[in-house]
Amino acid sequence: MTQQFYVSPEQLMKDRADFARKGIGRGRSVVVMSCRDGIALVAENPSPSLHKLGEIYDRIAFAAVGKYNEFESLRQAGVRYADVRGYSYAREDVTARGLASVYAQSLGAVFTAESKPFEVELVVAEVGRTQQSDHLYRLMFDGSIADESDFVVMGGAAEAVVEALRASWSSDLSLREAVPASARSLRKAGAGPTAGDDAASGMMPDPSVLEVAFLERDPDTLRGSRRAFRRVGGPELTTLLQHEQDS
Amino acid sequence: MLPDDAASAIPGAAATSFADYLGVHHPSLLPPLATRDPAGADGTFDAGHLAPHATTIVSLTFPGGVLMAGDRRATLGNVIASRHIEKVFPADHYSVLGIAGSAGIGLDLARLFQVELEHYEKIEATMMSLDGKANRLAAMVRQNLSLALQGLAVVPLYAGFDAERHVGRLFSFDATGGRYEEHEHHSVGSGSVFARGALKKLWNPRLDEASAVRVGVEALYDAADDDSATGGPDVVRGLWPVVYVVDAAGTRRIPDRELEAVARALLDARSAAGREA
Repeated sequence: MTQQFYVSPEQLMKDRADFARKGIGRGRSVVVMSCRDGIALVAENPSPSLHKLGEIYDRIAFAAVGKYNEFESLRQAGVRYADVRGYSYAREDVTARGLASVYAQSLGAVFTAESKPFEVELVVAEVGRTQQSDHLYRLMFDGSIADESDFVVMGGAAEAVVEALRASWSSDLSLREAVPASARSLRKAGAGPTAGDDAASGMMPDPSVLEVAFLERDPDTLRGSRRAFRRVGGPELTTLLQHEQDS
Repeated sequence: MLPDDAASAIPGAAATSFADYLGVHHPSLLPPLATRDPAGADGTFDAGHLAPHATTIVSLTFPGGVLMAGDRRATLGNVIASRHIEKVFPADHYSVLGIAGSAGIGLDLARLFQVELEHYEKIEATMMSLDGKANRLAAMVRQNLSLALQGLAVVPLYAGFDAERHVGRLFSFDATGGRYEEHEHHSVGSGSVFARGALKKLWNPRLDEASAVRVGVEALYDAADDDSATGGPDVVRGLWPVVYVVDAAGTRRIPDRELEAVARALLDARSAAGREA
């Protein structure tokens, strides 16, 4: 007869959390930053089509690290949630807070009930009319939720990126300035502690390994659209990074 | 090999339709299916008198784009139900949609179609092709067939800029979901016969955008002249038709002050001509 070993709930939760953390730690980092004229989302991502950043609704975006299949299904579910809500009530009734709390419930349920927790970490970002009304909700694999301000970094080298960003971040940064600042911090952290500071800071990351998106504060005046989310890629991204290097 | 349930999820993921999703999970948010004849007898129960009717929409192509214009009137029998109604909507960044027929159902259809396109774009991270959009709209019109049989038909007109071919294209639909690509110009609604006649004489393949706006407004004027359910330019209240242009830069609404100038010039020209019929 097989013997069932007793595992304490503390141990069980700890094992699950360690497992999820290990999965997330392998991923490349993502920066979400509140700026003067919007929210900048910058990710290290070598694929131009398998996105880590996505549009959820008019003023809400999604950023994730971890397993692609898991956060992609969460992103699609989030788009459905937002569209159903906006269709049945009104567009302004779709909020990041509502979405973040259903994500938290679903991640929490998977963490305790399923055979394996989701190996993902998410940010739900909503750009407000003023910088004070920006919202950055960070969601962990176990369903815990944090209301962050200023900027959020997720992924493997998150702490190193935070360290590097702290020096360059200020609330006056514009979106255009935030991209090279985030890119440099991602690069610095990616280079590891052994690389010298000069070597890391002198080189801009290749734009082809970056995924960048903006949530613009006033899309209606800028582009005549109510949708704040805009991907930044190709020549525009190259110019943004180059401009910084020249100055 | 995949387990059966995992494999069956693959064909299920082929359709990322918002309308289908609502139909399965939130059917109460979709327009209702036809009701049984309340009198109990089978046959023709006409619900057409219950809700206002939206009327004439005209659309015409010009080199590099397409234009759609709609008058501002909705009628309920012999009564004018609204002088302000807007019946032409941007469907997404590169297409517009006009509705004629039962107004409430048409407005719902337009709103659902807008979400449908945006939903696809967000889920797939790419835009649907123009033919794909027209096919989706046809499917949504077909869903309404049972209500159409009770007098609540909606007949949309759809126009968009085809990014592949770099031309403006036009599609008309029938209540059974038939989708027909139209060339040069087309109109739908109660005044469409008169508008079509005007378009045949006014349209030519070398129109620029400004003259296309003039032609659209004039075709609506001619429709309003002979069809009581179509509203003409209202100089007393300052109401002008709703006109959208779609070209390579996207969808753009023509501002009211431009339309006012066009409509007033047209009225002056017609008054000066002093013709009876």
